[in-house]
Amino acid sequence: MLANVPFIAFALIAIIGLATMIMRKNIIKIILGLGLLEGAVNLFLVALGYRQDGIAPIFTNAPSTKMVLPTVQAMALTSIVIGVATMALLLSFAVFIYKKYGTLNSDSINRLKG
Amino acid sequence: MEYMTTLSSGSGFWHPLLWLTAFVVVVVLAVIIRSFGARKYKMDTEQTKPFLSGNDESDPNEIHVRAGNLYWGYLETLKGYYEKMISLHTGNPADYLLWLFGVLALVVLIGLLA
Amino acid sequence: MSFTQHTPALVVGIPLLFAFALPLLGKIHEKIRNGLAIIGMLLTSATGLYLAYQVFATGAMAYVFGAAAPDLTIPPDSGGIPIRIIFSIDAFSAFMIVIISIVGLMSTLYSLATEKLRSGQADFFALLLLLVAGVIGMVSTGDLFNLFVFLEISSLAGAALVAYRIDKGLAVEAGLKYALISTVAGLFFLLGVAILYGQYGTLNMAVIAQNIRLSRLDIIALVLIIVPMAMKCGAVPMHMWTPDAYSRAPAAITAFLVVSSQAGMYVLFRMFFTMFNLNLNTVTFGWVVIILGVLSMFIGVTMAIPQKDVKRLMAYHAVSQSGYMLLGVGVGLATLGNKELLDACGRTAMIGGIFHIMNHALYKGLLFLTAGAVIYTTGKRYLNDLGGLGHTMKYTMIFFIIGALAIAGIPPFNGFASKFMLYESVFLFNPFIAIIAIVVSILTLASFMKVFHSMFMGPKLPQFSEAKEVPASMLTAMGVLALLVVAGGIFPDIIVRNIVEPAVNALLEQSQYIGLVMGAK
Repeated sequence: MLANVPFIAFALIAIIGLATMIMRKNIIKIILGLGLLEGAVNLFLVALGYRQDGIAPIFTNAPSTKMVLPTVQAMALTSIVIGVATMALLLSFAVFIYKKYGTLNSDSINRLKG
Repeated sequence: MEYMTTLSSGSGFWHPLLWLTAFVVVVVLAVIIRSFGARKYKMDTEQTKPFLSGNDESDPNEIHVRAGNLYWGYLETLKGYYEKMISLHTGNPADYLLWLFGVLALVVLIGLLA
Repeated sequence: MSFTQHTPALVVGIPLLFAFALPLLGKIHEKIRNGLAIIGMLLTSATGLYLAYQVFATGAMAYVFGAAAPDLTIPPDSGGIPIRIIFSIDAFSAFMIVIISIVGLMSTLYSLATEKLRSGQADFFALLLLLVAGVIGMVSTGDLFNLFVFLEISSLAGAALVAYRIDKGLAVEAGLKYALISTVAGLFFLLGVAILYGQYGTLNMAVIAQNIRLSRLDIIALVLIIVPMAMKCGAVPMHMWTPDAYSRAPAAITAFLVVSSQAGMYVLFRMFFTMFNLNLNTVTFGWVVIILGVLSMFIGVTMAIPQKDVKRLMAYHAVSQSGYMLLGVGVGLATLGNKELLDACGRTAMIGGIFHIMNHALYKGLLFLTAGAVIYTTGKRYLNDLGGLGHTMKYTMIFFIIGALAIAGIPPFNGFASKFMLYESVFLFNPFIAIIAIVVSILTLASFMKVFHSMFMGPKLPQFSEAKEVPASMLTAMGVLALLVVAGGIFPDIIVRNIVEPAVNALLEQSQYIGLVMGAK
């Protein structure tokens, strides 16, 4: 049961993120919902790679040889970096929209439609 | 002559070069027929006017048929379909996400049940 | 250490290098900046085409990053598992690289003229090169997480380019929608990849394909990967970002965004055929793809007819044409389990669908460039404001006619060749769908008649009496694409035999792709 806690946390955070994206009208909140989803996926990645007592494969002065290939950790790091870039881009778009349209309500950001 | 073979679709074939030959023959015939027509017209007479009835040419902006006037009958006939379709394309970013989640859920269901 | 061995790395490395060098070196002088942009793209295209030639001539290539030798896929001390990032470039990847190389070069050439008097060009070209690098990476990598990274690079660079010319906020709105939906889709993709990694402990597509067991989790992972990719290629009902983004991006960018969407389609097909193949319930998933395709075809084209913005209209046609590719390959997937049916119609439908990818990239690129040329000269994008341009923009008009006839499937242009193969083979599979496809083609012709009439026909309008033909570099870009469209229509058999059929075989032969990384068994 205890081993499943990270996965339950992942599901909760992901659902909160998804619900935020669908139910909130403000673009900033939608972007923050995306941030939550991103965090959830990163948590899922790291939780997948956790092995009890496993250590990183650095052989110098290694206390044991029970080592884990840190692929998911590398993936999570990369994904965090990508997430930062995405967030920066999306928020800068939101700033421009606010400047030009005077609103951040997603119901009004629909001048392109039909 | 490997490159002279045709594109086969299983039940038929398509030979562009044959088609092109036929096309050129038709064009040549058309040009020959056209050459039987009258070549000249008299300058500085009413023959240079656009309308035989003697009306003057109107403002080009008024006689050009605009895009919005084309296919009026088609759009009028399918009015019900288009009203529905255009109202589905709301242009609201939250709706775009909803469609994505909807399709995702549907395909997961199909995949798991099949 | 020879050049030819390292082309798979160079084809991604060159555009990345130039993309990061441009904003810095471009500050020195604008000629250096333009020179860097065009030289970077030329080098990328040349490397890409050479790589494709290598693959078509000598067979698929695997390239391992950071290994002692580039083809050492399995290190001797790893216990039989490839641990490094591997690029696996087979005939289908090479086919996509050919398209990317051609359209990318033409987009850059065209942008040089359209962006000439505007600000921030160094970043513009840097983003364009990043987009090219991302898309090339997507079609060449054999590693799922690497695929995610390239997917995000192409989405972010694409969204930034869509929004680059703010256009009273409208372009930013389009960019925001594109970035938002592709990031959410990208996260679902990453979740799918994570599930696969959790089960098989590897990210290499060949290894996963070899060990796949098809548990319920695998199916969820598959769906989490393919639905975002269907979104990326603009399948109805997830197509709504397409008209927004395509209509507001600069014309040259739109032409390349079409290719970037098709890279999504590449991943979709790669998942079905290479990763899962017959382990999957191919009939069900084949029909899912077919239904997405038919919906895209029909809704795309019917939504295009009432559009008033020329690029938005063309964008809906892009959705509609993607439907043809999904339909063709969907039929191939649905018949995969049935050898007789596959030989009778499935294989031909796939050849038609894959061939259509190339044709679509060429003629839709051409059409977007001509629309861009009209907007460039007149400053107007709404069809109701345009008219009589055929008197002054003769070359643009000719290129537009070529593109419009090709997209409507009129011989002797390339669109006809691929649609012909699709119609006849899909008719054998299911006559009703083939009839829908033909009706959609007729509607396509009808809506391009509207565009042609309202842009080029009619009397010369006084407000456009000053309109001139566009600069030479724009004409060159359009001319090359038009030439390829005509060539593809007159010699379709050469292209099909040498490029398309190997690509289809690469998709159908799962064992070859596995053997490329794992060694032949």
